[in-house]
Amino acid sequence: MTVAVITFPGSNCDRDCVTVMNNVVGVAACRVWHGDTSLPAETRAVILPGGFSYGDYLRAGAMARLSPIMSAVHSFAQNGGPVLGICNGFQILCEVGLLPGALLPNRSGRFVCRHVRLKVGSAPKGLLAAFKPGEELTLPIAHGEGNYFADEATLGALEDEDKIAFTYIDADESGNAMVNGSRRSIAGLVGGPTHNVVGLMPHPERRSEERLGGIDGLPLMQALVGGGLS
Amino acid sequence: MTQVACLKDTDVTDMECGLELGLSEDEYHRACEILGRTPNKVELGCFSAMWSEHCSYKSSRLHLRKLPSTGDRVIVGPGENAGVVDIGDGEGVCFKVESHNHPSFIEPYQGAATGVGGILRDVFTMGARPIAAGNLLRFGATNHKKTPHLLAGVVKGIGDYGNCFGVPTVYSDVQFHPSYNGNILVNAFALGIVKNNKIFKGVAQGVGNPIYYLGAKTGRDGIHGATMASDSFSENEEADRPTVQVGDPFKEKLLLETCLACFETDILVGIQDMGAAGLTSSSFEMASRTGAGIVLDLDRIPVREEGMTAYEKMLSESQERMLLVAKKGMENELEAICSRWGLDCVKVGVVADDGMVRLTSNGEQVAVMPARELADEAPQYDRPHNARPTADVDERITAIKRKKIEDVLHTLLQGLTLADRSWIYDQYDREVLIATLADGQKSPASVVQIPDSEKAISLCLVANDWLCSIDSYEGAVRTVGEAALRTVSTGAVPIGVSDCLNYGNPENPEVMHDFVQGVEGLAAACRALSIPVVSGNVSLYNETDQRSVHPTPTIAMVGLLSSSKKRTSGCLKEGDLIFRLGPRSDSLEGARILEQVSLENVRATLHPWDFQELRDLIKLMGTLTNLGFVRSAIPITAGGTAAACIQLCRMTGRGINIELLGPDVMTAFFAEDKPGILIAIPREKEDAFLGNCDKVLTEKLGVAGSDQLNIRHESATISYGVQDLIRFGETQVERLVARKESREAI
Repeated sequence: MTVAVITFPGSNCDRDCVTVMNNVVGVAACRVWHGDTSLPAETRAVILPGGFSYGDYLRAGAMARLSPIMSAVHSFAQNGGPVLGICNGFQILCEVGLLPGALLPNRSGRFVCRHVRLKVGSAPKGLLAAFKPGEELTLPIAHGEGNYFADEATLGALEDEDKIAFTYIDADESGNAMVNGSRRSIAGLVGGPTHNVVGLMPHPERRSEERLGGIDGLPLMQALVGGGLS
Repeated sequence: MTQVACLKDTDVTDMECGLELGLSEDEYHRACEILGRTPNKVELGCFSAMWSEHCSYKSSRLHLRKLPSTGDRVIVGPGENAGVVDIGDGEGVCFKVESHNHPSFIEPYQGAATGVGGILRDVFTMGARPIAAGNLLRFGATNHKKTPHLLAGVVKGIGDYGNCFGVPTVYSDVQFHPSYNGNILVNAFALGIVKNNKIFKGVAQGVGNPIYYLGAKTGRDGIHGATMASDSFSENEEADRPTVQVGDPFKEKLLLETCLACFETDILVGIQDMGAAGLTSSSFEMASRTGAGIVLDLDRIPVREEGMTAYEKMLSESQERMLLVAKKGMENELEAICSRWGLDCVKVGVVADDGMVRLTSNGEQVAVMPARELADEAPQYDRPHNARPTADVDERITAIKRKKIEDVLHTLLQGLTLADRSWIYDQYDREVLIATLADGQKSPASVVQIPDSEKAISLCLVANDWLCSIDSYEGAVRTVGEAALRTVSTGAVPIGVSDCLNYGNPENPEVMHDFVQGVEGLAAACRALSIPVVSGNVSLYNETDQRSVHPTPTIAMVGLLSSSKKRTSGCLKEGDLIFRLGPRSDSLEGARILEQVSLENVRATLHPWDFQELRDLIKLMGTLTNLGFVRSAIPITAGGTAAACIQLCRMTGRGINIELLGPDVMTAFFAEDKPGILIAIPREKEDAFLGNCDKVLTEKLGVAGSDQLNIRHESATISYGVQDLIRFGETQVERLVARKESREAI
């Protein structure tokens, strides 16, 4: 089995994801070039890694959407294949429409790299089945455009359908995330036909080993290949 | 229009033109002599760039030879794009620190961003994949009108470039002083890992081998940047804005991946970044290193603007460009790699064997010049230097002793010297590449794991400009000393140094004296500690309207941990014992808290640090960390023992109870004139610990408690809650920058 980590021009967390899958989770992972038109035949899961695909020109993730590999990723997800979009990968998932909404520039106007407290949604299933409802965890964020936005109707539907995967715990009085302004403090979403697509701004791959300060991100990396799909 | 601007590429120049481009009369005559005729405009432009202070080190070269640059671990020393030091297992660390002061003052965002881009290229040009970046910044007074704008722009520029490129920025040292009001310092550092048998150099070799241009297109930005960087500022520096380059980190990332892919193959003979003085310096230096010649067809240079002249193409400092020499017959392989990453890769010339650089434009030859004379034989100056008068006593010491200890401590906590740098650090991605074990906020030096290895490296950047403005020799000595104490505090062994020497106008004999003394201080300390200086850069003319910056030699020190498990954890448990290693400081001379009386330092002769004492201390820390005895360690530096205690509490989130001895409370709290480290060890290790300390003076100061910092002296006791200490530090930087934002809102 193989985990395909897509490398766009400007991806910079692709190697990190491969390292964690290979050395920590213990499954084979490889980088797949964005210009390819199909995933390796043995692909069991796909990661869209963090970085600045196409330098974030136009809009974060907007150009990567047009990369040749994306139609294969799209079909893979529609067929129930596990897809994890981290940071820039989350932005790309929103741009291609696998997840709703968009990521705007942070409310502060500044890039922010920090450890944040997160809360798992109320009914985690699919790729999130390893988590308990409402479980708290700490993950690092590192982004300039992580301010989640969608219209009220979409936000309401996300909540009703339990598609909010993670929220930031620190919120302002309107319920928006203190750290970047995300509506309803949304840090990550789940979607796809079998809750098989997860996008989030925090970096689970950076919290998969104790030597790096904790393993709160490991269950999500393991879920990509360890069943956990209901 | 100026004289030079009126000329066409091949028009013959005169002395006026030479002076306009920053050459002296003698230098112009020398240029004519070398060519055996009068240089045309293109040729004069090349002389001007290659013989600028920035490229030729003409005022500093004589003195730089004093720095020790050899050692068992040194694989590549000064003179290449970056230095390389052996770390075992066939690998080396490749690193360098470099200034981008002038552009960052004129245009802080782009100036700082391209500083980061330039230093990253210096490292990956050698064949190394960058794994860590850092910086040292100096801004003007906190209440100066330009400071908030410059701080915000520089930090954003550094962050945006490094974050997009994908290298963790793990260390940042930021201080403020009015001497930098008109000339800030932006020193950028990068470090990469290289296979020792796959190190690439900037050499042109093999007659007939093709020369390629790789990367971004050439525009009119940064023309004569190197010459600008070798000049002083006057009040109307805004007119210099077009000489600042514009950076594109995305392009740089593509360039990195392309270069690393090329290095995996057998295609390349040599490679050099087009940094300061662009195509001129890269071509002349590559030819000069081997004695080969280079023929370039400037019509083939990819350009982003129409109608660029040969002169402009040679002197543009457009970013993200490389000059490559490939093996003949491998052209197709090279072009295939470059097109995969979507970069321009164009054959622009060929290697010759006559030691000459020949340029053609519009089908005709526009310049013929000997490479070595321009690259390596720039005039050298032994500029006159005179000591400044020194004062016997610093009146501020008496004045500060009259103050109440509570007030001095409170002012220290409210000020920016010790303030939390989260507002700055948060804008840097510090964890990409999943190897950061500690950044500079949580540790006296950052620690980064080496990929696929048990080993880790430490890095820190130190500039003790406060002390250097008092005593430029001893200040430089203590800069190296502090960097070494920071390094060993993490558990690492110092293995190499890169230096960035920021001084004012070398034609001023007192500034030149500071420079010479500074180099000699660095040399003496590095020699005494057996740490080689393997790379570096000199930035002179840091002055505005004849006011120089503080003498600021920046030291970037790299240390090696044989196992990342030996890293000092940086925690504190209740009951841990707190010791000072090293002699007790007994004088407030040079103490940082004197800034509370006046920011104007008095020239004096500081008490010299004893190298034997320093060596013993370093050795002892190595023994203790190897034995796993050290829970936390912090060097005693600016703000003395009290400041070290505050930082220990902030870093660990835990309190300590300390008792300080000494003739008077102010000296006991704040003196910092001897090398020392504050360490915490587990109580049960006390006897074993003391058994190892025979050569080093130690003093038990207290014990770790719960949530209070208590410092007692026979004449006073102070107490702070740890959470208050943390909160006090949190907002100063943000408030400083907010001054800019509130003004913008109006």
